[in-house]
Amino acid sequence: MMSHDDQGSGFGAAAGIGLALGAAALGAFLSSRPRGERRKDWHGDDAPGFTQRRSFGKYDVVGRSVTIRKPRHELYAFWRSFQNLPQVMENLESVRPSGDGRSVWTIKAPGGTSVEVETEIAREVENELIAWRSVEGSQIDTEGRVTFEDAPGGRGTRVGLIIAYDPPGGEIGRAIAKLFLREPAVQARHDLKRFKMLMETGEIATSVRRKDQTRAAQQNSGQEYA
Amino acid sequence: MRALTWHGTHDVRVDTVDDPEIINPRDAIIKVTSTAICGSDLHLYDGVIPGLKSGDILGHEFMGEVVETGSKSTLQKGQRVIVPFTISCGGCFHCNVQQYSACENSNPAEKQDMSAALYGQPMAGLFGYSHLTGGYSGGQAEYVRVPFSDVGPLVIPDHLEDDKVLFLTDILPTGWMAAENADIQPDDTVAVWGCGPVGLFAIQSAIAMGAAKVIAIDHYPHRLELARKLGAEIVNFRETHVLEALMEMSGGLGVDAVIDAVGMEAHGFAVDNMLEVVKQKVGIGADRAHALREAITAVRFGGKISIPGVYGGLTDKFPTGALMEKGIQLKTGQTHVQKYTRPLLEKIEDGSLDTTFLISHRLPLEDAPRGYKCFHDQQDSWTKVVLKPGMEKQA
Repeated sequence: MMSHDDQGSGFGAAAGIGLALGAAALGAFLSSRPRGERRKDWHGDDAPGFTQRRSFGKYDVVGRSVTIRKPRHELYAFWRSFQNLPQVMENLESVRPSGDGRSVWTIKAPGGTSVEVETEIAREVENELIAWRSVEGSQIDTEGRVTFEDAPGGRGTRVGLIIAYDPPGGEIGRAIAKLFLREPAVQARHDLKRFKMLMETGEIATSVRRKDQTRAAQQNSGQEYA
Repeated sequence: MRALTWHGTHDVRVDTVDDPEIINPRDAIIKVTSTAICGSDLHLYDGVIPGLKSGDILGHEFMGEVVETGSKSTLQKGQRVIVPFTISCGGCFHCNVQQYSACENSNPAEKQDMSAALYGQPMAGLFGYSHLTGGYSGGQAEYVRVPFSDVGPLVIPDHLEDDKVLFLTDILPTGWMAAENADIQPDDTVAVWGCGPVGLFAIQSAIAMGAAKVIAIDHYPHRLELARKLGAEIVNFRETHVLEALMEMSGGLGVDAVIDAVGMEAHGFAVDNMLEVVKQKVGIGADRAHALREAITAVRFGGKISIPGVYGGLTDKFPTGALMEKGIQLKTGQTHVQKYTRPLLEKIEDGSLDTTFLISHRLPLEDAPRGYKCFHDQQDSWTKVVLKPGMEKQA
């Protein structure tokens, strides 16, 4: 486990979560200061670690923030019921509880296949933070965290989503995922936007003209959404 | 239903397509009674806006009758409404501060990436425009699906006929906001480039806001004549050195406020413009910004620039020096239509604003391709085309 010396970041307090899986990656990108390879010319800045121009070893790290004009507790409550997430997460087929506070996430993978990831809650602070990680033996080594903080100026809540994962199939798997537009960075961005839409407007925007052209209808019939 | 669809540069057709359906709870379906061709539709017609797909239904200035409502729509069947071209949710930060054209929730998530890459953040959804702005089916059709119908559409009293209120959907608020963005003071001299619909409405608005003198710049005699009738002094750039004229007409000070109602397809044979015509033809996302350059040169030190004209990409030889050294105030943007529809409807109702002078042609929807061609090729006499889906096609 890495040492964590980032006192300034709101994420710093929770750095101890990822013990077994993806810990190195998550810890590093949460910090706004690179670890280990610290350079002499590095002075550190206040940007989130995942915006750095550096890589995190074998882990891919996806981070994104969005401001939602709703109080923290509403957003937290939606997210805490993981079964809600397939409404906004395009690649998430289903989430079902598997006992002991664990749940099984069924995620679409390239080529019409799917993978299952069993996760456990690593840490949660009511109305502030939910962190999860895959349990040992899962098909994908991943962990993630969503944070909720009051946005300045009464603008609602700033929601931060960070996911670290070891892409299945390594570099090749990553390339295939991009080919099928299932690249996690893009997906996370779209998913957060859909979450925002659902919370702020009660619906998810679409420009289709017919019910049979909607995302849900096309997915049920096995077609790729255009 | 029948609808005007885009198939490529200078290729639009009236096709039979599927009727729209209610998809989301806040949707409504509008049966279109009047819909106009906008100057910005001509940018699509000319193929200089990226992100159109063959078969897309165009049109973002439309009004009609509510024929179907979703469970969360506040409209009622049978109501007559005008529909703003900007799609706005009413619930996000930008809608909350009345910057409706920057709505964060109306452009579908999977369509936001391209405009976000171009502009830093994604654009809002617009009807009948590019897939950069959502790819929503437009209003040059018999029926339209209108999302967030509890926010945008404005119910119109029965005694006001379509032609009087149709332009509340876009160009009247756009002209009004253009003048507002020029921060016009009572003794200001204001120059307006372009006497198309937006330019003319900007002139009308600037005069209504108390500008001492408004100078209209164009090269179409008929359009300049319309500007003169509204109360503007006119400059024909084919006959007159514009910069010299503006210096003289502002008493050697430079004009207080300038409004670029031309945008990315400037006309004329100035050297910069001819180079940019070539760049646009080879398709490198270049804007032709001759009018804007001239406006920046013409405005006085400490003056004000407003840009309602549409630009989409990048431009070269931009006068950054003049922009900085002159201490200019610059305001731009797609119109926050929802902010202006009610107050402007009141002005139409009390007779202080009349926009019907602009309409030169009323055509059935079936004649829309001819409407595009003539509006494009004969800009002097075809000042505004209104399509009426209910009108019989002329022999």
